[in-house]
Amino acid sequence: MLIDELKKVAAEEREAKAAVGACVNVCGAAGCQSLESDAIRNALVEAAATQGYGPESCTVRRVGCLGLCGAGPLVSVEPSGVLYQRVQVSDAADIIASINGRPVDRIRLHEKIPFFARQQRIVLENSGRIDPERLEDYIGADGYLALTTALSERTPAQVIAEIYKSGLRGRGGAGYPTGLKWSTVAKAAGTPKTVICNADEGDPGAFMDRSVLESDPHRVLEGMAIAAYAVGASEGYIYVRAEYPLAVARLKTAIRQAERLGLLGNDICGTHFTFRVNIRLGAGAFVCGEETALIASIEGKRGTPRPRPPYPAESGLWGLPTLINNVETYANIAPIIRNGAEWFAKMGTERSKGTKVFALAGAIANAGLIEVPMGITLREIVYDIGGGIPNGHRFKAVQTGGPSGGCIPDEFLDTPVDYETLTKLGSIMGSGGMIVMDETSSMVDVARYFMEFCMTESCGKCVPCRAGTAQMHRLLGRFAERNAAPADLALLESLCEMVRSTSLCGLGQSAPNPVTSTLRYFRSEYESSFAPEGAR
Amino acid sequence: MPRKTLIPSGETWTPGCTVSVQMFAYLEKSVPPSDDKRWKIIAATMRKLGNQRHALIETLHSLQQSFGYLDKAGLTYIATSLRLPLSQVYGAATFYNHFTMKPQGRHACVVCTGTACHIKGAQGLLKWAAASKGLRPGETTADGEISLLTARCFGACGLAPVAVVDGSVLGRVTPEVLNQKLGEAIRSAH
Repeated sequence: MLIDELKKVAAEEREAKAAVGACVNVCGAAGCQSLESDAIRNALVEAAATQGYGPESCTVRRVGCLGLCGAGPLVSVEPSGVLYQRVQVSDAADIIASINGRPVDRIRLHEKIPFFARQQRIVLENSGRIDPERLEDYIGADGYLALTTALSERTPAQVIAEIYKSGLRGRGGAGYPTGLKWSTVAKAAGTPKTVICNADEGDPGAFMDRSVLESDPHRVLEGMAIAAYAVGASEGYIYVRAEYPLAVARLKTAIRQAERLGLLGNDICGTHFTFRVNIRLGAGAFVCGEETALIASIEGKRGTPRPRPPYPAESGLWGLPTLINNVETYANIAPIIRNGAEWFAKMGTERSKGTKVFALAGAIANAGLIEVPMGITLREIVYDIGGGIPNGHRFKAVQTGGPSGGCIPDEFLDTPVDYETLTKLGSIMGSGGMIVMDETSSMVDVARYFMEFCMTESCGKCVPCRAGTAQMHRLLGRFAERNAAPADLALLESLCEMVRSTSLCGLGQSAPNPVTSTLRYFRSEYESSFAPEGAR
Repeated sequence: MPRKTLIPSGETWTPGCTVSVQMFAYLEKSVPPSDDKRWKIIAATMRKLGNQRHALIETLHSLQQSFGYLDKAGLTYIATSLRLPLSQVYGAATFYNHFTMKPQGRHACVVCTGTACHIKGAQGLLKWAAASKGLRPGETTADGEISLLTARCFGACGLAPVAVVDGSVLGRVTPEVLNQKLGEAIRSAH
């Protein structure tokens, strides 16, 4: 498909959408789908038919994630923008009847609440607005415009320069500058090169990548294709968790649709650029989020990491130069190419540009998916967007970065969120999981929970991680059972340092983080877990 | 040289070769363990990926999806088909949490033990399963009806705690809800 054809399809799509009187959108992401949003959609279709709405006056669509997963199933009505929460099948008739009347107050969710108003959506801009299983919807929202523009008007070096200038950093957690990574792969010798999308979202409590893949799969494919053009790759892999069947199904559909329109495959946009995307299923190994382990897994082996260097940029899949980025990183590419690096660099802080998607869960009123500009404070996220702590409980800590991150107490709630400050606080940005805890959560228990996770997920290749996590878990067990001795605390601290500094990969190096950060801010909880003298 | 003729075809055997036959056992022609039609699905998965060795994990997924678990006959078949040592196939099958080598019950109940679910009471669900059904994670009831499993995270954290019964996700689960859903699943199958 050429750029003019694409623009024509987009214009037709927008026209067709404008011609329809009203549009009722039902969230079809995994969260709402588990609350039977499909049945609600069928009921809405039926209600629309019985109330005399034809396809030209009202369409009922399945869209991607509407964000506030905790209040699902969610339904939105366009063009009025009214949102409904906790919708049931029995509400369908009232919702349809309200299209040309007053909104149904009993289930209305005010769209002006800070949860929606304070967000800034770039990665999620199409999420909840388009049908993820219709390519035309995506094209209507300027989809694939960035790819066709890049292919027809820019050289690969210009694309890399644009990404570099935007200041985009890897959204998988470590925050490596994306443009720098791309240029390393582009310069590396050896062909064919490969582009990999890391969708092995292993952090428990994180569901950003799942939502993006389920809500806007084409966005990720477009980002990957632009990356492949920039670095000179012709093959792409998406490594996605087997626990996300809906995301896998939508990706497969999206790849098929894009290939049919010539937006993936051979000779894309009438150029000689060829790019194919394959899906590889993960099999439940957290360590496969580490890039070298992920590559081993795609090669059909056990997912064990290897020492770096050489980095995958020089020697990755099949020993050839490989670009690995996270889902959210790829989702940021198309808007940067479309709107320019300056536009992107205006958002965020000096060293962390753009926005970040967070999965807000735990003891919080508004659990769900949010996208905020970098540099927003934790307090704004927890209290304004998240709506505070429910049931009259008090805020205790927020856990970021999953098993590799740490707990941040309330005295640091006013810290701006970016890569550097979170690291300074003993946590990490991570992929974006944010679990809020109230005073009923024991920090020792949280540390033990994450240590148990790291212990079982350790691949066993290097001794510090394999044996160290097991020993730390045993020690934490003593604290949890209030059976510890002061010497255990000293031992725990020295083990933390040893495992951190001597492990082979990120899993081991960051495994002590939940312990060290809780020790730093909640030391008294550990000290009050000492067994009384004589009872030991 | 014996090596030259031995490896590509797998049929020629030159007397006097010092390499043991056992080492090349995987060069035998692969035959499905039985005439069950499901083996065709597994063969198709391997063929789609060119019977290359990197097809291993995809093939294991296919085997587990078709038969519910991985058994020795299946692993041996995959090993011969992909020309991999059985040890490597076994290694991969046991490395990944997703694969199981035990036959599963007719109904699968997976409790999420992700962080959000942990905080919102996943342990309570597991305790309930242990107390009322005598099930611990990874076990199956004596009548072969229910298998209890745990998962790291389904990414439905907004609905914590989450459990999945026979593939359908249940949000904000309590022991009562879980009991009811499991009962429904068993009854609907009869």
